[in-house]
Amino acid sequence: MWSFSNIANLVHEVLAEHFNPAITLAIEMVIAGVSVIGLFAILGLVLVIMERKVSAWMQIRLGPNRVGPKGMLQSLADTLKLIVKEGMTPNGADKLLFNLAPFIAMIVAMLLMAPIAFAKDLQMWDLNIGILYVSALSSVTVISILMAGWSSNNKFSLLGAMRSGAQIVSYELSAGLSALAIVVLTGSLQISEIITSQANGWWIFKGHIPAIIAFVTFIIAVTAETNRAPFDLAEAESELTAGFHTEYSGMKFALFFLAEYVNVFIMCSIAATLFFGGWMPLHIGNWHKFNHVMDFIPSSIWFFGKTFFLIFVIMWFRWTFPRLRIDQLLDLEWKYLLPITMFNLLLVTAVAILGWHF
Amino acid sequence: MFIKNYIKNIFSAVKSLLVGMKRTLYYFTHHKEIITQQYPDNRDTLILPERFKGEVVMPHNENNEHRCTGCTACELACPNGSIKVITKFDISPDGKKKKAIDKLVYHLELCTMCNLCVEACPSDAIKMAQTFEHSVYDRNQLTKTLNNPGSKIMDGVE
Ligand code: SF4
Ligand code: SF4
Repeated sequence: MWSFSNIANLVHEVLAEHFNPAITLAIEMVIAGVSVIGLFAILGLVLVIMERKVSAWMQIRLGPNRVGPKGMLQSLADTLKLIVKEGMTPNGADKLLFNLAPFIAMIVAMLLMAPIAFAKDLQMWDLNIGILYVSALSSVTVISILMAGWSSNNKFSLLGAMRSGAQIVSYELSAGLSALAIVVLTGSLQISEIITSQANGWWIFKGHIPAIIAFVTFIIAVTAETNRAPFDLAEAESELTAGFHTEYSGMKFALFFLAEYVNVFIMCSIAATLFFGGWMPLHIGNWHKFNHVMDFIPSSIWFFGKTFFLIFVIMWFRWTFPRLRIDQLLDLEWKYLLPITMFNLLLVTAVAILGWHF
Repeated sequence: MFIKNYIKNIFSAVKSLLVGMKRTLYYFTHHKEIITQQYPDNRDTLILPERFKGEVVMPHNENNEHRCTGCTACELACPNGSIKVITKFDISPDGKKKKAIDKLVYHLELCTMCNLCVEACPSDAIKMAQTFEHSVYDRNQLTKTLNNPGSKIMDGVE
């Protein structure tokens, strides 16, 4: 049976035959880079059209329905439009920072792709501190937002960036603490080990109530971290026109937009990995027959199915809840989420030590 | 006490959020609820909501009679001067002078469809129509005379 590791090995052997090791490594890196960029483009297109359709149906509208069959090519047309648009830099802006910011947002999103296991054996970099790496890097996004807001020389942008700073600094805590709950249960920060530990059932089922609480807090914190409604104070169309990217146009704007969606995808795939077993099919304890049937569904379908379900949940939040005020936002984090996640961490530790989980 | 309130707060908040999510999920899964009208395509079968307002009209009956007494209440009620009532004096058969309208001039280009004139009219002479395709090439065409030429007041309307 074919698998991604076989393909990778094949490519490696073919390359190793013709080139010396250094060039082989370079070519392999280029291949990985190109596939990441390709994945980016596809994700951007798919998620934008998905968001527009989901939002339309939730608001009893039709959504895009003219370009292509049922409007499915709308985001492609939008991308074309953005590419041919002029990318302006305002006169009073700090030119270097202004032009650098969208690329930092993009590069952070790309780096975050590295430790994600897309399918069985399909993982770019299985480093042993995977979860730490993800939570460390995901907060770097705020640097790009602050850069964009500061360099635009526009008070709306600056306000949006400041809000985003306050928001990400606070929600990073509960996102990290909720992820820690699963790390405590698994005993490892490595993504591949977290996934294999769920071979006999996903943590959301095995970890009882603490895992469910951790999942809920994680999803809330992640929604806040990716700056999406109800926590989209950084953009807040109705108050700040477009927040930190008010001054951006053309492809530079598109990069911010894309980075937002890719971040959502990454955060949802992390949530899927931690709580729903990543690419691991639905296994229930010792029901070997059932487990065997589930194994027939390819692992990539499991992964993308779970991730897209979580993305749908986050979109569902976005189109249901009204935006929070900045003080409510900080209230929610410091008075509710943080104490709950801390208490929950204690609970999880007790569960792990006493061996109450399956 | 504090802890009890705290936990109660969390549960009531979660509950109210779930209620909202249930509603949007219902809309998401029930596409028959969609209210979008694909306008130029369904021009013939367009369904407008009952309270949609397109312009002010004055209904006439088959004898070319309307109900307007020329009281100018609509002109006074209009917040932006879209209505101008030009009155004249009719001589009734028994020789009395009677106030009546000569023209009721309506500026569609100024009207905000606020419905105040219709509310103000004591004799229900005007109402809002649902027509909305008002574009013309010359704005003079938007100034309309609501009473038909040669029309007169219905019997029994004071
Ligand atoms: S609808 Fe309002 S604005 Fe229009 S004519 Fe009547 S009172 Fe004036
Ligand atoms: S339309 Fe009504 S309010 Fe206006 S002048 Fe005639 S009767 Fe009076």
